[in-house]
Amino acid sequence: MTPAAAPVLSLRHAAKSFGAVQAVADGSLELSAGEVHALVGENGAGKSTLVKMLAGLHRPDAGELLVDGKPVALPSPAAAQAAGIAVIYQEPTLFPDLTVAENIFMGRQPLLPGRRIDRRLMRAQSAALFGRLGVPLDPGRICRGLSIADQQLAEIAKALSRDARVIVMDEPTAALSAAEVARLFEVVRTLRAAGAAVLFISHRLEEVFEICQRVTVMRDGRQVLSSELAGLTADDLVRAMVGRQMPERTAGERSEPGELVLRVERLTREGVFTGISLAVRAGEIVALAGLVGSGRTEVARAVFGIDRYDAGTVAVSGRQLRKASPSAAMAAGVGYVPADRRQQGLVMDMSVQQNVALASLAGLRRAGLVRSAAERAFAADWAQRLRLKYGRLTDPVSLLSGGNQQKVVLAKWLGRRPALLIVDEPTRGIDIATKAEVHQLLVQLAQQGVAILMISSELPEVLHIGDRILVMREGRLTAEYSHREASEEKIMAAATGQLAVQAP
Amino acid sequence: MRATVPAAAGTAGEPAASGSRRLTDRVFRIRESGIIAVLVVFVAVTASIQPRFLSSGNIQFILVNTTVFALLALAETMVVVSRNVDLSIGSVLGLSAYVSAGLFGQVPGISIPVVFLTGLGIGLACGAANGLMVSIGRVPSLVVTLATLYIVRGIDILVVGGNEVIAQTLPDGFTQIPRAGLGGVPYLAIVIAAVIGAGAYYLRSFRSGRELYAIGSNPDAARLAGISVGRRVFTAFTVSGAIAGVAGVLWAAQYQTIDSTAGTGYELQVIAAVVVGGVAIFGGSGSAVGAAVGALLLQTISSALNVLGIPPLWIQAIAGLLLLLAITLDRAISVRLLTSLRVRSSGVGT
Repeated sequence: MTPAAAPVLSLRHAAKSFGAVQAVADGSLELSAGEVHALVGENGAGKSTLVKMLAGLHRPDAGELLVDGKPVALPSPAAAQAAGIAVIYQEPTLFPDLTVAENIFMGRQPLLPGRRIDRRLMRAQSAALFGRLGVPLDPGRICRGLSIADQQLAEIAKALSRDARVIVMDEPTAALSAAEVARLFEVVRTLRAAGAAVLFISHRLEEVFEICQRVTVMRDGRQVLSSELAGLTADDLVRAMVGRQMPERTAGERSEPGELVLRVERLTREGVFTGISLAVRAGEIVALAGLVGSGRTEVARAVFGIDRYDAGTVAVSGRQLRKASPSAAMAAGVGYVPADRRQQGLVMDMSVQQNVALASLAGLRRAGLVRSAAERAFAADWAQRLRLKYGRLTDPVSLLSGGNQQKVVLAKWLGRRPALLIVDEPTRGIDIATKAEVHQLLVQLAQQGVAILMISSELPEVLHIGDRILVMREGRLTAEYSHREASEEKIMAAATGQLAVQAP
Repeated sequence: MRATVPAAAGTAGEPAASGSRRLTDRVFRIRESGIIAVLVVFVAVTASIQPRFLSSGNIQFILVNTTVFALLALAETMVVVSRNVDLSIGSVLGLSAYVSAGLFGQVPGISIPVVFLTGLGIGLACGAANGLMVSIGRVPSLVVTLATLYIVRGIDILVVGGNEVIAQTLPDGFTQIPRAGLGGVPYLAIVIAAVIGAGAYYLRSFRSGRELYAIGSNPDAARLAGISVGRRVFTAFTVSGAIAGVAGVLWAAQYQTIDSTAGTGYELQVIAAVVVGGVAIFGGSGSAVGAAVGALLLQTISSALNVLGIPPLWIQAIAGLLLLLAITLDRAISVRLLTSLRVRSSGVGT
């Protein structure tokens, strides 16, 4: 290999843990000038953590980073910028009240004598940058109201103005229309022709094959494949991305589904999800799989009545639910365990017992006042049933571990004896032992006749727990599998739009 | 790095670019011209009912009363654009007014510049204390300055006791400051207008000034852009306090009788003026000139209600109603603007 071909950036054996969770175990990446390099992997494979290392937001626990062959440390975003690395996020962070030109040059504005900002030159330089990128964007326009695509272009112009040689694009196409993607790709080709190294992260494999020359695949925080794209197929990539193991549910744990509990017909919220029809029966666990941002949580929120929907119907136990009314959904026997338990599932400053009793206060009242003794007995009962590990029931719930906090959220809804339980990412950020307990709990609930709709981004969990698996992609249901016919490859293919790829 | 520019792209970009250029230009003019239009209409209507409103005496009265008000609006603008608020300026003004003007009685023959420096020093100290707590202590400015509003007022009450500064102790040279003028226009109003112009120019054309807007527009992005957010916010509060201190001395020269209630509640009037003047209460946009015109408008309204013979009991309620009207109008304009920008950008985007 000649020195000229030395990589611009190379990350070797990087590792990063957050508490007990290892996000990246062995991350390696090599970027060369004039190439567009794809970084792909399942949700939770460690891509975002890797990007944050390059952006100077996370410091790796181990490993080394070389820029132009020299080791560098990136303790801050400023250090990453100084090293010539620019990160374009899916949703850029601009100053909405300032002009495009000001956004590009903030802190580095060209100056006139007397240290005044040379607005004319700033605008001209911005216009020149957009000229180089070949896109018409007015530098004098304020950023508020710019489309996501245009905001990304402003960020790319900013990166150019800083002479960035490594440009990281974190799922830039997720929120773009087809025309905008085409325009972005033109810009990426221009950057590449100019000698930049572009790291392109995307779940859409057809885009990867269209724009990239090399690919790095991550799984469980490790690099599992790094190679030229030429000669590879989408099937090869999907196979490299999946492959974690988890024990199957035994046949005895699967019960025959009973009566129809939830029926959703052609549910549509414009621009978010379209024509969602699904059914969940008593005793059945239906897993809703798909990538983050594919609209799964939004469907759940609409079903539970948190968000409005534009068309379609939701019926529980044969009775149609009123739109946008969580209390109507609760009265019909629906429970909802949100993905973000700290923000949405719990009142963090309140005690364990208050949180458990929160959804069942009506039954614990006398003359309009909540009886503390009844609340305590109620909470103690559920804590024992769910094997909750806690100090005292009066401790704030924030003192519990993530897994036990999740049990509190579950207990809150189980106390209402729900007919339908919607759980969103029930085991995110939970240690392995408690995770198995939560899985066991969901299976037991199904055996007792509760209908469960589970959203999960973890394919092993989906396969392990789900009786039926529905896959969403970009706001639509794209596939349905029984647990017998489902495989990680099939689900991943349906979630990334590679339906043609079928496991043999 | 260098890229070959596709020749067609540049020319294709021209028409769209100049179209939205015109639009943004109009936007910036609208933000101040709207409030000026309201002012002109209000003056015209009032003058047609009561011609005495446009007498030189009344105009002078309005201008004199606006000076201190508009100066404080400049101070508040610097803080508000950075997504903060300074509620303590009324109290700082009161303390500065009593202590500095009190010097004439306690130190015979003290020179007027020393008195101004005293007021400046008091304001600087209060502002720096606010700034430290907000930037280093990371306490929300609403809480910090609400606390210092009471603390500074409390100190004022302790210092003043039951006393007051009376007009007889003040030298003529001092009390003439707000009154001296040329053909009905006070010199002071001209000086203050120049100061506000300079402040607006600083906010508009210097890096540190623009960074205040950036911080107010998106604090996280500001940090990512490498702006030292803490230092900028600290400076904004310190300057705000210093201006309030100087405003206190001017207040003393104007009203001459100062007890421990001077400037009570003034901070809310100033914030009202700033918001009426088009400064976004959550930061990021607006100009000091707009804020000063807002002050002039509010002062004109209260003066007009007086001239029109509306019972004083009604004045506050009516002033509040007009404030609401002005802000609603401004809000409606900016919402329509945002929609038109969205339409434009979707046109460019495809």
